Amino acid sequence: MSANGQQHDVRSQLRNPLKRARGLGSAHSGVGHWWTQRVTAAALVFLALWFVVTVLGALHADYATARSIVARPWNAVLLVAFVLTVCWHAVLGLQIVIEDYVHTRWKEVALLVLVKFIAVLGTLATLMAVLHVALGA
Amino acid sequence: MAEFSLPKNSKVQPGKHYPAKGAKKPRTFRIYRWNPDDGQNPRIDTYEVDLAACGPMVLDALLKIKNEIDPTLTLRRSCREGICGSCAMNIDGTNTLACTKAIEDCASGDVKIYPLPHMPVVKDLVPDLTHFYAQFASIRPWLRTQSAAPDRERLQSPEDRKKLDGLYECILCACCSTSCPSYWWNGDRYLGPAILLQAYRWIVDSRDEDTGARLDDLEDPFKLYRCHTIMNCARTCPKGLNPAKAIAEIKKLIVERRS
Repeated sequence: MSANGQQHDVRSQLRNPLKRARGLGSAHSGVGHWWTQRVTAAALVFLALWFVVTVLGALHADYATARSIVARPWNAVLLVAFVLTVCWHAVLGLQIVIEDYVHTRWKEVALLVLVKFIAVLGTLATLMAVLHVALGA
Repeated sequence: MAEFSLPKNSKVQPGKHYPAKGAKKPRTFRIYRWNPDDGQNPRIDTYEVDLAACGPMVLDALLKIKNEIDPTLTLRRSCREGICGSCAMNIDGTNTLACTKAIEDCASGDVKIYPLPHMPVVKDLVPDLTHFYAQFASIRPWLRTQSAAPDRERLQSPEDRKKLDGLYECILCACCSTSCPSYWWNGDRYLGPAILLQAYRWIVDSRDEDTGARLDDLEDPFKLYRCHTIMNCARTCPKGLNPAKAIAEIKKLIVERRS
């Protein structure tokens, strides 16, 4: 609820303002999220560059050539690293956006869980695809 | 969701016009008016002020309006020299102090004056800062020590004293916090730039012995980490301070103590 709405809420008028300001206290967490978001961002500077260069290199290639590019060990490793980092970074970032703007509790929780599910499924699917090509099943 | 549009009873209506007859140097001020007692929507009143018979600051014009044109105009003011923070309001699109903002520094055209953004309004240009002050109290902004009180003043080296420069000047006018989108959307839990700058003022104080507990209290996804380095705070501060940097220093210290 907005600060404006709470002002007219009789219950909160009876409470001391300090009670509301202190709220449920500190969660004693958040630094891990903040630091991981920055580390993944730094990693993505290099991984995204490599990814774009690799994709450009595979332009106009036929299927067999594209497959062989993905199957090269270093390319497969970097591709897996890229996908993991992108999804991890995206989950952290979307979590912030949802917490910032979605203020209906059930919608907020549902969205936070949904985003994580989609990210995990997307990551696993991409990993499967890369491993399938790289290990030549 | 965060509220991006005003509720029906907050939609701003056109208001009264007060022309200045025979003014040598007229300037138009468009001012937000809202009275909790008349059941009306907020409105924008238009006042023409003769700058030839008015002081140079926006506060001078506001007081001239209140004294000579419309005594119902309600605002806070006290020191008229930028040290009390009472007359913080949104002038010409930026949160600042009416007493240190020169009329001639406002963009050409009408001077628009609103209360500090996204705060409950008490009346006209007076915002309700109860929660803001309670958040300040919540960081327990005083020297906290374990060791026995000395017989004399607590000494501090000139170098350590220097670390308080750029922090102690904060007058808690709330310009920065009310310019911060994170504070607009999550001000109930996010402490906001002003309070975090004040928190850092005690964290870096060489005489304070409760640094760890202060960092513990701030390490929270909402109290501290709602800051996304938007930098509106540093841009708007009428005292030229940089709350965003203070917040970054707090984040750095919390990372530092982990490894």
